[in-house]
Amino acid sequence: MKPPSKPAIFLERSGYRQRRMMDALRVLPVLGVFLWMFPLFWPTGPAEHGIAEPVKMSSAVIYVFGVWVLLIAMSFGLRRILRATLEQEAAEVEEASGGEAR
Amino acid sequence: MASVNQLIGVSIAYVVFLFAVAFFAERAAASGRRGWLGSPLVYTLSLSIYCTAWTFYGAVGYAARSGMEFVTIYLGPSLVMIGWWWVLRKLVRIGRAQRATSVADLISARYGKSNTLAIVVTIMSVIGVTPYIALQLQSVTLSLSIFAGPDDAGGFSQPGGAFWIAVGLAVFTVLFGTRNLNANERHDGVVIAIAVEAVVKLVALMAVGIFVVWGIAGGIGPMMERINTSPIGEWNVDRSRWVALTALSAAAFLCLPRMFQVLVVENQDERHLQIASWAFPLYLLLMSLFVVPIAVVGLDLMPAGSNPDLFVLTVPLAEGRIGLATLSFLGGFSSATSMVIVATLALATMVSNHVVMPVWLNAQGNGASVSGDVRNVVIFARRTSILVIIGFGYLYYRFSGGGAALAAIGLISFVGVAQFLPAMLGGIFWRGATRTGALSGLIVGFVIWVYCSLLPSFGPDVVLSRELFEVGPWGVGLLRPEALFGIEGLDATVHAVVWSLTLNTFAFVVMSLMTFPGPLERLQGAQFVNVFDHSTQTRGWDAAFATSEDLMIMSQRILGPTEAQNLFRAEARKQGVRGHLPEPTQAFLQHLERELAASVGSATAHAMISQLVGGASVSVQDLMAVADESAQILEYSNQLEAKSAELSRTAGQLREANDKLTALSVQKDAFLSQISHELRTPMTSIRSFTEILRDTEGLGQVEKTKYASIIHGETIRLTRLLDALLDLSVLENGQVNLNVESGRLSEVLDKSIVTAQAGAMRPLTIKRRHLDEAIILTTDLDRLNQVFINLITNAQKYCAAQTPILTIEVHRNGENVSVVFADNGIPIPVQSRALIFEKFARIKDTEGDGAGLGLAICREIMTRLGGNIRYAPDLEGNAFVIDLPRSAAMAAQ
Repeated sequence: MKPPSKPAIFLERSGYRQRRMMDALRVLPVLGVFLWMFPLFWPTGPAEHGIAEPVKMSSAVIYVFGVWVLLIAMSFGLRRILRATLEQEAAEVEEASGGEAR
Repeated sequence: MASVNQLIGVSIAYVVFLFAVAFFAERAAASGRRGWLGSPLVYTLSLSIYCTAWTFYGAVGYAARSGMEFVTIYLGPSLVMIGWWWVLRKLVRIGRAQRATSVADLISARYGKSNTLAIVVTIMSVIGVTPYIALQLQSVTLSLSIFAGPDDAGGFSQPGGAFWIAVGLAVFTVLFGTRNLNANERHDGVVIAIAVEAVVKLVALMAVGIFVVWGIAGGIGPMMERINTSPIGEWNVDRSRWVALTALSAAAFLCLPRMFQVLVVENQDERHLQIASWAFPLYLLLMSLFVVPIAVVGLDLMPAGSNPDLFVLTVPLAEGRIGLATLSFLGGFSSATSMVIVATLALATMVSNHVVMPVWLNAQGNGASVSGDVRNVVIFARRTSILVIIGFGYLYYRFSGGGAALAAIGLISFVGVAQFLPAMLGGIFWRGATRTGALSGLIVGFVIWVYCSLLPSFGPDVVLSRELFEVGPWGVGLLRPEALFGIEGLDATVHAVVWSLTLNTFAFVVMSLMTFPGPLERLQGAQFVNVFDHSTQTRGWDAAFATSEDLMIMSQRILGPTEAQNLFRAEARKQGVRGHLPEPTQAFLQHLERELAASVGSATAHAMISQLVGGASVSVQDLMAVADESAQILEYSNQLEAKSAELSRTAGQLREANDKLTALSVQKDAFLSQISHELRTPMTSIRSFTEILRDTEGLGQVEKTKYASIIHGETIRLTRLLDALLDLSVLENGQVNLNVESGRLSEVLDKSIVTAQAGAMRPLTIKRRHLDEAIILTTDLDRLNQVFINLITNAQKYCAAQTPILTIEVHRNGENVSVVFADNGIPIPVQSRALIFEKFARIKDTEGDGAGLGLAICREIMTRLGGNIRYAPDLEGNAFVIDLPRSAAMAAQ
C-alpha cells in the first residue's frame, strides 16, 4: 500500500526542478559572457607590467574552445532535461498558427 | 596544377548539382513529402550562411594578423543562440505571428506598419550589405586567381573575373530564389541548397584543418608547440576590440537581413530553434576550430608577404594536394554563393515589398483594384532588385579596389546593420518605443556609420580628403571621422561601434519618450511586446465597404488564383457560408492581411486592404484592448462606481424609510399618550360622576339627570373612539365585507352632508353643482358615505377661515370620476402632508377631539373600493380628491 501523499511530493519536486532548470537555461548566456570576457584580465603582450608572463596561444585556444564546449554541452543537456516543457510550449504555438501558415 | 578552366567546370557542375537538389526539394515540398526537409538539422545548417567567404578565407587571415581576435565574430552569435530564450524565441514568435518577410517588414510592422520606416531600413540594408557582397566577389575572384598562378596570368584578369562571377551569381540567385511564381517568402529549395553548401564548407575547412594538424604538423601536441612558437604565439588581444567585436557580431547576427531570413522567415517550427540553440554554436565551433592551426602553418610555410586570407587554399596547393585545394575552393565558393543568394534574396524582398510595390501601387492610381496579375510585378521587381544589388556589389568591389583585408570589409558591414538593433529590440521589449524614435535612432546611427566607418574605409583622399581626417570638417577637430568629440586613440571599429550605437540608442529612447504613438502603432506595439500572452485580438477593419468579390480579385492577383480560392473556400467553410465567398468579417480581413503580408510585406498588404475597405478603424474597444490592464482597471472601477451609486441610492431610500418610521414612531408615541389621555379623560369623569351618584345623599332629580347625561356623553365618545379603532383594524386586515349597491352620487352626498352637519357647532357653507353629480355609482355606498362624512367633518372641525366654505366638485375626466372636497382653510404644512393618511397622524397645533384615524380609515376604505384618496394642495386651502374607479361609474349607466 502506498501512502497517498508520496506522489504529490514527487510531483512538487519535479515541478520545482523543472523551473530551476529553466532558470539555468536563462542564465546560461550570462555565464557565457562572463567566461568569454574573462580573457580581458589576462596580461597582453610581453612588455605590459613587465612581470606577468603573457598567456600562451595554445592555452588561450584551449580556454576559449573549452568554454565553447562547456556552453554547448550545458545548452544541450538543459534542453534534454526541459525537452517536454519546451516542446509542449512550441507545439501549442504550432497548433495555433501552424495550420494556417502553409 | 588545376587550371582555371577546370575549376570553372567543377564550379558549374557543383552549381548544377545544387540546382538539382533545390529542384527536387521543392518538388517534394510541393507534393507534401517534406520529411527531413523540415528537420531541425536543415534549419541549423541553413543558419550557417552566417559563415561566408569571410569566415572561410578571412578568419584564417584574421588569425594570422591578430591572433585569437577572429573568434569574437563567432562568440557573439554563439551567445545569442545559447541565450535563445531571451531574444530569438520572441523574435521568431513575433515574426511568425506577423508573417514578417524581412527585417524591414518587422520593424515597419512594429511601428504602425509605417512604410517610411520600411524604406529607411531597406536603404540602410542595401548600403550596409553591398560591401559584404563585394567581399564575396573579391574572395571568389582571389581564390580563382591563386589557381591561375603566374603561368596563365594572362588568361585570368581579376576585374574581368569578378564581373563574370557577379553575372553567374546573379543568374544563379534569380533562378533559385524567384523561380517559383508563388511569391510566398519561404524558399524550400534555397534552404536545402544552403544546407548542402553548409556541409560542403564545413567538410572542406575541416579537411584542410585535419591535413594541416596531422598531415603537416604531425598531431595535436606538435601543433600546440608550433602555435606557441609562431608569430601569434602569445595572447595579444586589444581588450576594447575583444568586447566590442563580440557585441557587434551578436548584434549583426540578429540584424543582418540574410540572418533574419533564415532565422525567422524560413523557420517552420519553434522546436527547430531550440535544437539550433546548441547545434549552431557547435557548427561555429567546428568552423573556427582549425583556423589558428591553418594560420600558424600558413605563416610558417608560405613565403613572407603572401596573402594570409588565402592560406586555406595556398597551404594545400603548396603541399601539392590538388584535390584538397579543389575541395577547399568549393568550400569557399559555397560560402560565397550561399551568402550572396540569401542576402540578395532578402534584400530583393525588401526592395520589392517596401520600395517598388508602394511606388507601383501609387502609380496605378486606383490601387488594389487594378487589372492584371500583381505577382508578375512582384517577381519582376525581385529579379530586377537582385541584379541591381549584385551590380552594386560589383561596383563597390571595383571602386574600393578590392584591396582591403576581408575582415575589415565584413566589420564595416556589421556596424551598418547593427544600427537596426535598438529599433528592433526596443520594438519587441518596450511598448513605449515609437515610430519617430525608431526613425531618429536609425538615421542618427546610419549617418554616424557612413561618416565614421563606411567613407573612411575607402582610405584618405578617395571620398573624404586627408585634410578632413586630420583636422575635421571646416577645421572642427571634434568632428574628425575617426576621433569624434575629440576622443582619440580608439580603434576605428570600436570607435564606430561605440558612437553609432550609443547615439542611435540615445536618439531612439529620447524621441520615443518625447513623442506619442498613433493608435495602430500602439496596437502593434502591444501585440509585439505581449506576443506570449496568446492574445489574438488585433485592430479591426471596418468591413462595411468591402465586398468579398473585390477581396477575392485582389487576393488572386497576389497569392495566385488557386491559393486565393483555397483560402476563401476554407474561410467560407469555417463561417458556415454556402458557396466559396465568405463574409468579409473582421477576423477574415485580418487573416487575409497576414496572408498577403507574407507575399508583399505588411505595409503594402495593409495599404492594399485599406484601399478596398476604406481605412482601418481603430475602435475604442481596440484601444481598450491595447491598454489591457488599464482597460480592466477602468472596467472594474466603472463597476465599482455603478455599485456605489446603487448603494448610495439604496442608502437614501433606507434613510427616507427610516425617517418615515421615526416620524411614525413619534406620531404613534404621541398618539398613545393622546389616546390614553382621550380614554382617561372620559373615564375619569365617568368615575367621578358615578361616585357622586353613588355616594352623595339627597341629590335632586335634575342633578341626577345631568350627571347621567354627562356619563352617557362620555361613554358615547369612548364608543366612537373604540369604533374607529376597530373599524380601522378590520379594514387593514382586509376582513371587510363590501355591501355593493347602486345609487346616485348626489344622494350619497346629500346624506353625508346632512349627517355631518347634524349637531355642528359652527355653520359651514357647502357649495355644490348638482348637475355634475348626476352619476349612478355601483359600490359600497355606506362606506363611501363614511368617507364623505369624514371629509366634511374634517372641514368643519379644522377649517380656520372666518366663514368656512367647502366646495364639492365632481369631475368626469374620461373614464374616472373624482370628487373634490376643497375648503378655504389654512393649507396643511408641507412636511405634514406625507403623514396625514397615516394612522394616528395629527397635525400639530390643531385642536380637536379626533384620534387621527379618520383619514387613515378613508384611505383604507377607498383602497378596498378600488379607488384612491389623495391630498391636492389648493392655493387657498386644502383639497382632498377621491378617485372612483371607472367600473363604479360604468355600471351605473
